[in-house]
Amino acid sequence: MKGWMGRFRALFLLSGLALILTGCGNPYLSALQPKGEGADMILDLMILSIIIMLFVFLVVMAIYVFVVVKFRQKKGEEDYIPKQVEGNRILETIWTVIPIILLLILAVPTVQYTFALSDTTPESTEGEEAENTDDALWIDVTGKQFWWNFDYRDTSVQTSQDLYIPTDKRVYIKLSSGDVIHSFWVPSISGKMDVNPGKNENEMFIKAEEEGVYWGHCAEFCGPSHSLMDFRIVAVSPGEFDQWMSDMQNVDPEAEPEDSSAREGKQLFSDNSCMGCHAVGSSPAMMGPNVTNFGDRSKVAGVLDYNKENIVDWIMDPEKHKPGNSMTGNYTIPSEEDAEKIADYLMSLSPSEIGPDDAQDDDYVQPQKKEESEQEGNENNDEGNSNENNQEENNDDNTNEDEEN
Amino acid sequence: MSTATVEKPGFGATLWEYLTTVDHKKIAILYLLGGGFFFLLGGLEAMLIRLQLMLPDNNLIGAQFYNEIMTMHGTTMIFLAAMPLIFAFMNAVVPLQIGARDVAFPFLNSLGFWLFLFGGILLNLSWFLGGAPDGGWTAYAPFSIWSSTHGFDFYAIGLQISGFGTLMGGINFIVTIVNMRAPGMTYMRMPLFTWTALIASVLILFAFPALTVGLFFMTFDRLFGANFFVPEMGGNEIIWEHIFWIFGHPEVYILVLPAFGVFSEVISTFSKKRLFGYSAMVFATVLIAFFGFMVWAHHMFTVGMGPIANSIFAIATMAIAVPTGIKIFNWLFTMWGGSIRFSTPMLWAAGFIPTFTIGGMTGVMVAVAAADLQYHDTYFVVAHFHYVIVGGVVFGLIAGTHYWWPLIFGKVLNEKLGKWTFWFFFIGFHLTFFIQHFLGLMGMPRRYWKFLPGQDLEVGNFISTVGALLMAVGTIILLYNIIKTSVNGERSSQDPWDGRTLEWSLPNPTPHYNFKQLPLVRGLDPLWIEKTQGNGKLIPAEPLNDIHMPNNSFLPFMISLGLFITGIGVIFRPDSNVAYIAIIAGLVIAFGSMFIRSVKDDLGYHIHKEDLEEEGAGVE
Repeated sequence: MKGWMGRFRALFLLSGLALILTGCGNPYLSALQPKGEGADMILDLMILSIIIMLFVFLVVMAIYVFVVVKFRQKKGEEDYIPKQVEGNRILETIWTVIPIILLLILAVPTVQYTFALSDTTPESTEGEEAENTDDALWIDVTGKQFWWNFDYRDTSVQTSQDLYIPTDKRVYIKLSSGDVIHSFWVPSISGKMDVNPGKNENEMFIKAEEEGVYWGHCAEFCGPSHSLMDFRIVAVSPGEFDQWMSDMQNVDPEAEPEDSSAREGKQLFSDNSCMGCHAVGSSPAMMGPNVTNFGDRSKVAGVLDYNKENIVDWIMDPEKHKPGNSMTGNYTIPSEEDAEKIADYLMSLSPSEIGPDDAQDDDYVQPQKKEESEQEGNENNDEGNSNENNQEENNDDNTNEDEEN
Repeated sequence: MSTATVEKPGFGATLWEYLTTVDHKKIAILYLLGGGFFFLLGGLEAMLIRLQLMLPDNNLIGAQFYNEIMTMHGTTMIFLAAMPLIFAFMNAVVPLQIGARDVAFPFLNSLGFWLFLFGGILLNLSWFLGGAPDGGWTAYAPFSIWSSTHGFDFYAIGLQISGFGTLMGGINFIVTIVNMRAPGMTYMRMPLFTWTALIASVLILFAFPALTVGLFFMTFDRLFGANFFVPEMGGNEIIWEHIFWIFGHPEVYILVLPAFGVFSEVISTFSKKRLFGYSAMVFATVLIAFFGFMVWAHHMFTVGMGPIANSIFAIATMAIAVPTGIKIFNWLFTMWGGSIRFSTPMLWAAGFIPTFTIGGMTGVMVAVAAADLQYHDTYFVVAHFHYVIVGGVVFGLIAGTHYWWPLIFGKVLNEKLGKWTFWFFFIGFHLTFFIQHFLGLMGMPRRYWKFLPGQDLEVGNFISTVGALLMAVGTIILLYNIIKTSVNGERSSQDPWDGRTLEWSLPNPTPHYNFKQLPLVRGLDPLWIEKTQGNGKLIPAEPLNDIHMPNNSFLPFMISLGLFITGIGVIFRPDSNVAYIAIIAGLVIAFGSMFIRSVKDDLGYHIHKEDLEEEGAGVE
């Protein structure tokens, strides 16, 4: 989608204003420093609209300043009566027609981009990005007060709070809510989309163009901790993502941690029925955040720095950190000692070597070769995944990669 | 009767007079007091919001309380401050501008005010009775349906009651302007403020029923177990959004069009020039109102309506920029070639033009549906609508306050203090809101109770709070000015600004019957015509005759009080059966008062010709 508008931005960059704009904010949060396809397209559109609007503003201000300076009442002219002008047809026509033209210039890319951004049919994406529908990565996103759940469709992989995606590939997400309306927004990757309860489910695509851990916000008011319903997108290179996927699929929820404190923590975790809400492995219930890969979380509860102290703190008093959350009052508060053991257990849950760190290094891992993926495909089959089209898909996949690289 | 204005009445008599008045000039003062009070209250809430957001991870205010403040700031400012203040000026000015002795339905006018006041009081009682509404002024379902406090019950009932008042006011002004113009005052000779009042009233007539319906649905969902907006039970939460914005978008124009009207009067008067492109201005006003009903879904680009709906609403929205642009250029060319005096009202008008232009620019930007996926629900939008509503409506209201203060209270507000108000408020405003455009794009969603450190949002939020403090200083100076002028200001001349329209032709103070003889209007800016072509006095269109006036009535107060009591009863019905007593008592009071109104003949009274001649000796 980076046609004439992209070139337009290059031109505009020279004028310096875009440099000021793109210097704004945190590089993993700001919409002005796009790192994804959607955000990139939208910034182009923003810049076009800003240029047109600045032109209008400058014209208005030029006339305004002239008028205010020139036509002030001067001393001794208090009795001067200006000519009572009724209007001027030519002038009035000019300031009706020119804005219409300017708006038409803006309207064309608006419609074009509105359609392009809402396109979630993998087949119809143009040219080199053509992917087979079945090969596309779909993730079912569920928003709940005040956390996010990510369910990788057709796999048994489920995570919460940290959404892992491969870079340089459109990932399709379906958004639905378990309670009130939320909104899924990762400014540096793409625009936002509301997360509605009931039948009003939405779909969108996201595509990260660089590795990184991107800041996500809930953007539709949803309750006391609306401002704390943060999540992260962990965008890793395609090869690293494949590895993460296969690690996550092979996770053993029953695995005993090596550390003795963590082992006791595991026991406490099930004795205190924490598991009733917090699944290790995949669970359809989604009562509370999934903790399968809690050891790799970039934040605790989406907002606190990741360390043992904060995890214990959260377990002892979640209300302090996220007012109005559903955990408060619905569990037996453990002793501080037990909470520490549970924290040890949670921090030991790291089924994959791939974590947020891999999104922040310069290590770009290519996707696996055909043979390996075939093997992986067979593994997938064990998980109850359809294998019929894999051969074909992988062929397509490889062709694309050859072109891309 | 005619001597009542001469004597200095006691406090009790004055209070009774205001509780029962049906005089549009006194109702204007009531609206001004009521709206002004809620404006200060909403401003206080705004200050708390900014103080909470001054520093990252701030714990000055708790999450729940913050959400209540944030909700009530929006609700109060729109429904209880801006709307009544607009009605204050419509009441004070429109009948005088069209040469009428009162509005068409004086009783209804009074009822409208008391309904607004009791609705507003009911809504704000929520602070003391279990907590205010906490889901944003837009009250999106299902959050508002599930919210555990009584807050949204107060919201639904309080706004319902004050909404009735607004609807009555709108109907009243349509009838007044259509039927009661003085001889010679054709539609195309009406001052622009009257035009915008008419169009805004038409918008009220069509937009408020949508709110009424929505609020009834909400009331039924919350209090009687209906499920209009509850998804699990087969309802649909998106329908609330549509209903709300079908009302909510025209509401913006209901507020801003009369403000445009104020600026048209002010700019024309202080430039000593006829309004440039008068007919284009009228046409643009009508066009904005017409388009205003076709763009509501631009508040919902992220809801998932699909690209076709989004594109249509995007283009319809952009189209509104054209008539708005016409207005801006017409104002500029009204000033062009004029002899501009920068008195306080004109200063506000001069501040309005660049401010509103920025608001309009960002308006076009957010209309770009695809890009709105980034702007929506962020501080960019917060900045945008404050540029429009503060830069347009509030600037207009303050300009109107300074401009028409001599007409309403007979005194000119202190010019020096007026200028201090302007500069504090104007600089503070831009400091507060300009930076918020960037905060939004840098990733700060709106309605955030706190922002966390490490997002590079600290500087912007701090600047914004500093600006808000300056605005507060400006408002306090305005308040001081009002008190100072009321206490020891001098009575001004009847026409302190060298006015052009009929309201300035009247003696100061304006007699309660307004015009002894209805004036003959010979063109646009009738007073200006008489000043330049005649002897500066309006030609009477009728011989001196008896004037028929309406009687004061206490019934509007009682009807509103009854509905207020019933409202409280309905809200607390789920908690206790005692509430039924309130419901029934309230209904008895309200309908009893209506019954009395229906059966009791109240034909008003006449001011006799002889009394008028006697009284008029020193006036004209």
